[in-house]
Amino acid sequence: MAVENTIEVRGASWRATPESSKEILVNVSLAVPKGRTLVLLGRSGSGKTSLLKLINGMQWPTSGEVRVEGRTTREWEAIRLRRHIGYVIQEAGLFPHFTVAENVGLVPKLENWPAAKLTARVEEMLRLVGLDAREFAHRRPRELSGGQRQRVGVARALAADPPILLMDEPFGALDPVTRTELQREFRALAQRLEKTIVFVTHDLREALFLASDIVLLEKGRVVASAKPEEFLRLQHPGVLAFTASLELNGAPA
Amino acid sequence: MTGFWPFLLEHRGEILSHTLEHTELVLIAMFFAILIGVPLGMVIVRRAALRVIALGIAGVLQTIPSLALFGFLIPIPFIGGIGTRTAIVALTVYALLPILRNTCVGLAEIDPAILESAEAMGMTQRQILFRVRLPLGLAVILAGVRTATIITIGVATIAAAIGAGGLGTFIFRGVALVNDSLLLAGAIPAALLAIGADLLLGRLERRLRVS
Repeated sequence: MAVENTIEVRGASWRATPESSKEILVNVSLAVPKGRTLVLLGRSGSGKTSLLKLINGMQWPTSGEVRVEGRTTREWEAIRLRRHIGYVIQEAGLFPHFTVAENVGLVPKLENWPAAKLTARVEEMLRLVGLDAREFAHRRPRELSGGQRQRVGVARALAADPPILLMDEPFGALDPVTRTELQREFRALAQRLEKTIVFVTHDLREALFLASDIVLLEKGRVVASAKPEEFLRLQHPGVLAFTASLELNGAPA
Repeated sequence: MTGFWPFLLEHRGEILSHTLEHTELVLIAMFFAILIGVPLGMVIVRRAALRVIALGIAGVLQTIPSLALFGFLIPIPFIGGIGTRTAIVALTVYALLPILRNTCVGLAEIDPAILESAEAMGMTQRQILFRVRLPLGLAVILAGVRTATIITIGVATIAAAIGAGGLGTFIFRGVALVNDSLLLAGAIPAALLAIGADLLLGRLERRLRVS
């Protein structure tokens, strides 16, 4: 293999409890090479978020395995693995009792960075996501707009400089204009920082815009997998349902 | 009733000292109830079986009529006997349930998205407890302390029955002598204490609430 796979999922299945008969993920296999962005596309309940949780070890696969940088998630020490992976969720999941600076600096602080380095890093991260530290560092999340909150979420995920990012519909709750703006900035940022990214969305347009590869999940199974430019040509009914949604929106694909 | 104001004036020193005694009983009992209730709540919040048992016991203790509880405690060595110590133990027992219950609720009912991102960022359960659950649940915990304080101020009037003093001294004397002025000299300061505690803790609670 020419490119080293940062994330590899091999035949992973997962059910919420050992007794439960319903498998949330069924025999999922995929690989994300270093520095690429894999977009997991799927409708609500297709298992996208569960798959992210298998990658950062918040869940272990019931069968099969997930490897991060060559080691299975069971071999990783859970806390180390998670601090090695940035995580952004919808509405950002910011801590309401922390200021913006405290939110962004959380993981470096957990890692016992010296105070001066931490402050500098927080400022750098805020600048990176287009927020002025002097204006925003001391605000609380409730004093921010949805877009600003999401920027802080991205800054927080990047703060300890993890090589991997997991993004769970990070821009899902934003208005279309802000969403497009953040998608553009995020794509540029991702390319520049060479992060390995798994990005979950139910928005095909977002998937096409951000992905190096798109994987379509349906009821916990991978039903299609392709480069963005090839994805639209796939004849799988699941893909067709998504492309139809694009046309309904009146957008040229 | 006609003699009430002169009565107040005449006994103001005694009223003041009983009020202080009462306040002291309540403060010491609340100190122990918080010292036991909050850490216990932190321990049981993520252990379902333990939580059911602890809240069950606290609930049963709460249902014992207060006068009976004081009575039950008297023969018990070390914590029992006649006097202040027994009263403090009984008051602590009464204050426990609201504090324990609100600690559990406050720590448990945190926005799942916040807990999820805390875990995903690699915080340990202990870090999540102290840096996320506790600060976000503080207002709810304090609401429990407030309820417990008001209950304790009321129940503490019964402490006089076992010789622990406090404002109950007037009330018991008033009942025995069928004297309204004596009753009021105990009841009014107790009510004022309760109202004051409610206002003070309510204000603190609003300040701690994180939106």
